[in-house]
Amino acid sequence: MALQEQILPLGGIAPDRTGKYRTDHLLVAEMIPAGSRVLDVGCGDGDLLQLLESRGIDGRGIELSREGVNRCVAKGLAVVQGDADTDLVNYPDDAFDYVILSQTLQATRQPKVVLENLLRIGHRAIVSFPNFGYWKMRLQLLIGGHMPRTENLPATWYDTANIHFCTIKDFIELCDAIHVRMERAVALDLYGRPLRLRLPWWVWNLFGEQGVFLLSRK
Amino acid sequence: MTHLQSVSSPSIHSEDRAHEADHPTSPVAKFGPEQPLMLDCGIDFAPFQIAYQTYGELNADRSNAILICHALTLDQHVANVHPLTGKAGWWEIMVGPGRPLDTDSYFIICSNVIGGCMGSTGPASTNPATGKAWGLDFPLITIPDMVRAQAMLLDRLGIEALLCVIGGSMGGMQVLQWTAAYPERVFSALPVACSTRHSAQNIAFHELGRQAVMADPDWHHGRYFECSTHPHRGLAVARMAGHITYLSDAALHRKFGRRMQDRDLPTFSFDADFQVESYLRYQGSSFVERFDANSYLYLTRAMDYFDIAADHNGVLAEAFRGIKTRFCVVSFTSDWLFPTSESRALVHALNASSARVSFAEIETDRGHDAFLLDVPEFFDIARAFLQSAGKARGLG
Repeated sequence: MALQEQILPLGGIAPDRTGKYRTDHLLVAEMIPAGSRVLDVGCGDGDLLQLLESRGIDGRGIELSREGVNRCVAKGLAVVQGDADTDLVNYPDDAFDYVILSQTLQATRQPKVVLENLLRIGHRAIVSFPNFGYWKMRLQLLIGGHMPRTENLPATWYDTANIHFCTIKDFIELCDAIHVRMERAVALDLYGRPLRLRLPWWVWNLFGEQGVFLLSRK
Repeated sequence: MTHLQSVSSPSIHSEDRAHEADHPTSPVAKFGPEQPLMLDCGIDFAPFQIAYQTYGELNADRSNAILICHALTLDQHVANVHPLTGKAGWWEIMVGPGRPLDTDSYFIICSNVIGGCMGSTGPASTNPATGKAWGLDFPLITIPDMVRAQAMLLDRLGIEALLCVIGGSMGGMQVLQWTAAYPERVFSALPVACSTRHSAQNIAFHELGRQAVMADPDWHHGRYFECSTHPHRGLAVARMAGHITYLSDAALHRKFGRRMQDRDLPTFSFDADFQVESYLRYQGSSFVERFDANSYLYLTRAMDYFDIAADHNGVLAEAFRGIKTRFCVVSFTSDWLFPTSESRALVHALNASSARVSFAEIETDRGHDAFLLDVPEFFDIARAFLQSAGKARGLG
């Protein structure tokens, strides 16, 4: 399907009056109704989980780094040490209403398998990732002739954990290939603010620094 | 066995130990013939008694009670001076005002397990039918039996539900048994450095310890109290072997290396030339002073028999189906007795049961015993987990 034909509603986010939470986290939180059961895969220090719990959402987490897990548990969050690539298979079907994969897809060994598992475990999945089609990335490769580095992705190619970069366009094609429905899609700028205009996909793919997708099974 | 002579001269008299077994210095709950303990081996056991300690105050709605389950060779004296050894309580670092198990906020209970030797009925207690110690006439007990006795104690204390059950090693097994047997009585559970079943390797180590006790001529088929002896040497060897499994290669190396004990050159004898030998002998000799050899046989056996999945058609997740209890599972990287893989298997089963579970593996080179030591990361996790459980249960 031609990307330009798809028109999806933009995410509307309530303003964060406290300034405590990241904009992309607020965007994810807006997508989830209170009372839902949520698994956050790659939950880091648990900031998103804390936000979700403050909104009456029953949140659980998986985190690869031991330090991250221990900080989460010390915050009273229900987080287990685990690997998205190997441990999602241990979760039963339909165990959660939503499964979140925030800024982690590009660090998995098998993004396709992980995505399939997300939608097996959860009725819906929310996936966000850095867009390698972002104009600054393209420019660095085209003009600079080296692997791109940005404010949000400062690691060099030889010490980055990100092994499977993709563009928004690539991701949409993967969703099509594995029969995943996109219910909502939002592109965020460098500062995590949603691009407000209803624009064709190619514009998002160029100006979106990251993409956030609400997915369900077809 | 001349080289083990250093472990065979106890300073605590066996009469003191025997007296503590029947008349403990801590509070005791006595259960008469009308309230037998139904043992897994098929016996309705009565009369019996459970010795326990409490710390802190029970609140008005009885919602702040925490049960500590002790490990194999420990007892109810968590945070007070031990009546036999005169040493500080075994978990004073964890339990007290301002500590993770804060006695200003929680009511802490710990009871000596059934089969133990510090005041709860066990092989060292007097059999009312004979007027002599039970010895091997005492029935075989299991981890579920220990938990059943603890539940009867809580009934006696008027505590319906626990804010948390916490314990390491054999104590962790009891925690898991609590959640499997009485899920509605356990709001949260903190099993540490444990497993849902005892591994073949661990059973093997226990068998080594038991055989050491039984090979000691002073054991007299468990009737040593009639001969006024105690199998000190056998029990000390059992303790030495056990103690090695509680540590790690890295911890032993850091602590002792190949350093010599009070000498510069080897003596070319079987004397304790190395510091590590001297340390092990000390561990053995101090243990036999306070612990009953038969009790050691019974409690190690109880651990060997433990296998939660076996009681649920071999499917571990079945044991926790629909459970509402909040779990926090903790393991230590250098624990090879109850390795992280065992905790991970438990976590997978809890996930499959949709339980609310946290799991933290803590990096330390101190081996299985890390749960008893000063490991700040573990304290932070325990403190935060209890606070969040307390909040969810409506404690201030």
